Amino acid sequence: MNSIISVKDMCLWYGDHQALKNLNVEIPEKSITALIGPSGCGKSTFLKTLNRMNDLIPGVRITGDIRYKGADIFDKEVDVSNLRKEIGMVFQNPNPFPMSIYNNVAYGPRTHGITNKVQLDEIVERALRDAAIWDEVKDRLKKNALGISGGQQQRLCIARALAVQPTVLLMDEPTSALDPISTSRIEELILELKEKYTIVIVTHNMQQAVRVSDYTAFFLLGELVEFGRTEDIFSQPMDKRTEDYITGRFG
Amino acid sequence: MKQPLSKKRKIYEVLMKALMLLAVGLTAALVLFLLVYVIVKGVPNITWELLSTKPSYLTGRIGILPDILNTLYIVIATLVIVLPLGVGAAIYLTEYASNQRIVSIIEYAAEILSGIPSIIYGLVGMLLFSNNMGTCLMAGALTLVIMNLPTIMRTTQESLKTVPRSYREGAFGLGAGKWRVVRTVVLPGCVDGVITGCILSVGRILGESAALLFTAGFAHAVNGIIEGLASPGATLTVALYVYAKEQGEFGVAFAIAAILMVLTILINFATTTVQKKFAKKRS
Ligand SMILES: Nc1ncnc2c1ncn2[C@@H]1O[C@H](COP(=O)(O)OP(=O)(O)O)[C@@H](O)[C@H]1O
Ligand SMILES: [Mg+2]
Repeated sequence: MNSIISVKDMCLWYGDHQALKNLNVEIPEKSITALIGPSGCGKSTFLKTLNRMNDLIPGVRITGDIRYKGADIFDKEVDVSNLRKEIGMVFQNPNPFPMSIYNNVAYGPRTHGITNKVQLDEIVERALRDAAIWDEVKDRLKKNALGISGGQQQRLCIARALAVQPTVLLMDEPTSALDPISTSRIEELILELKEKYTIVIVTHNMQQAVRVSDYTAFFLLGELVEFGRTEDIFSQPMDKRTEDYITGRFG
Repeated sequence: MKQPLSKKRKIYEVLMKALMLLAVGLTAALVLFLLVYVIVKGVPNITWELLSTKPSYLTGRIGILPDILNTLYIVIATLVIVLPLGVGAAIYLTEYASNQRIVSIIEYAAEILSGIPSIIYGLVGMLLFSNNMGTCLMAGALTLVIMNLPTIMRTTQESLKTVPRSYREGAFGLGAGKWRVVRTVVLPGCVDGVITGCILSVGRILGESAALLFTAGFAHAVNGIIEGLASPGATLTVALYVYAKEQGEFGVAFAIAAILMVLTILINFATTTVQKKFAKKRS
């Protein structure tokens, strides 16, 4: 396996509160890595560190080393805007902008300097197709994005993230706010996206982790307890705490 | 568990209710009286000639066209200056400033500033502006800018705070820079606050006299906007004062009063309409 992101001895503090402790992990390329663990154990925090979304929170302090394709993401030379273009993000609650469906998807490419109408049309269509929502919205691209259902909104947000042609896609519990049907559509979509993208997904749902992921990382109280192939983690966990968690003894 | 109220208790209840009704009735009656009185005394004096001419000492004719124009100029000049300042300050404070202590000090200062009696603004405006550029509408407008800055800033800030954090996160997550996020995602969400602030300010400018007496003067000349701003001039409110107090022209004063009253009602109406419309859009 080729790793695309490598994390070494990473610690993170919110003020005095240490939320992540000495993490070491290699995220494998073009595969799906699930982050599991009880609420408050630092999954979202870890995810947001990977594309430096934590920069937006005052009082966050990070030590250790995170490398994307071998380059230190905290290096002064790094353009955060480009990093986030490479490592895109989908949030827990669908958060389309209050503008048209088209403009939502075009937002990213426009941010990165694409203004040509023909080119934008092409990118928007491809992103919406890749996010398996094109057929549902192609006749109302000019309509406000807040008018479509929650499940559609989340796929629109995935399309919006894909439109900047990222390499890695971070997803923070992308289906926790959705109904079962929308959830399974998004799971199918995630499996398709694996061919082109590296995906890191936080999930609260063990079945979802088993269904979609190749690798699983189990977090507990800010520590990475265990990382391995999903089938191994769920069939023969090495750590007692992992076993307790996946068998539903806590969490 | 229903027990009949004791007789004393019953009388007490009835009495209190009567007193409250009286208070409400009195308030309503006062407002209504004021409205009717001003309208009845003022409207018959509103003629086309009054609205479309300037006063002439030769014929003794009084016209308030210059005062209407002056009011318009001062409203425009004030808004043109105060909007970018107030909105800019609000954006800086809510989106950029990192030192929360300084932010709360500024917010507190703005709070105090908006409670200061307007005559004090007039005094300061006279020293700052009129003494340097002469008594003119522009000096008045600049004084009103200081007066209305806190209003615009606060209403904008309040509505900036209602823009969901998830919009900002979404935009940052796509690699947008701070200014792009503010311009494309945050600002469109606070248009209602800016509009509300504008309407409130227009209302305040229409009603302002003390601050303008010191700074903008009393002239009644018809000018274009540029020349008008550079010359002294009375707004409607100031003209009302002058006609009533110095010339004893109560007919004209009441005509102006009626006009201002109608404008105030319109402004109130506009504020509620805007707020309702945006509240609906949000939900
Ligand atoms: N912005 C923040 N400021 C301070 N503490 C935070 C912040 N976000 C998360 N935390 C804390 O960090 C820990 C990990 O949170 P989080 O990463 O959201 O966990 P998870 O996503 O696994 O539920 C929690 O104890 C939480 O209270
Ligand atoms: Mg979380």
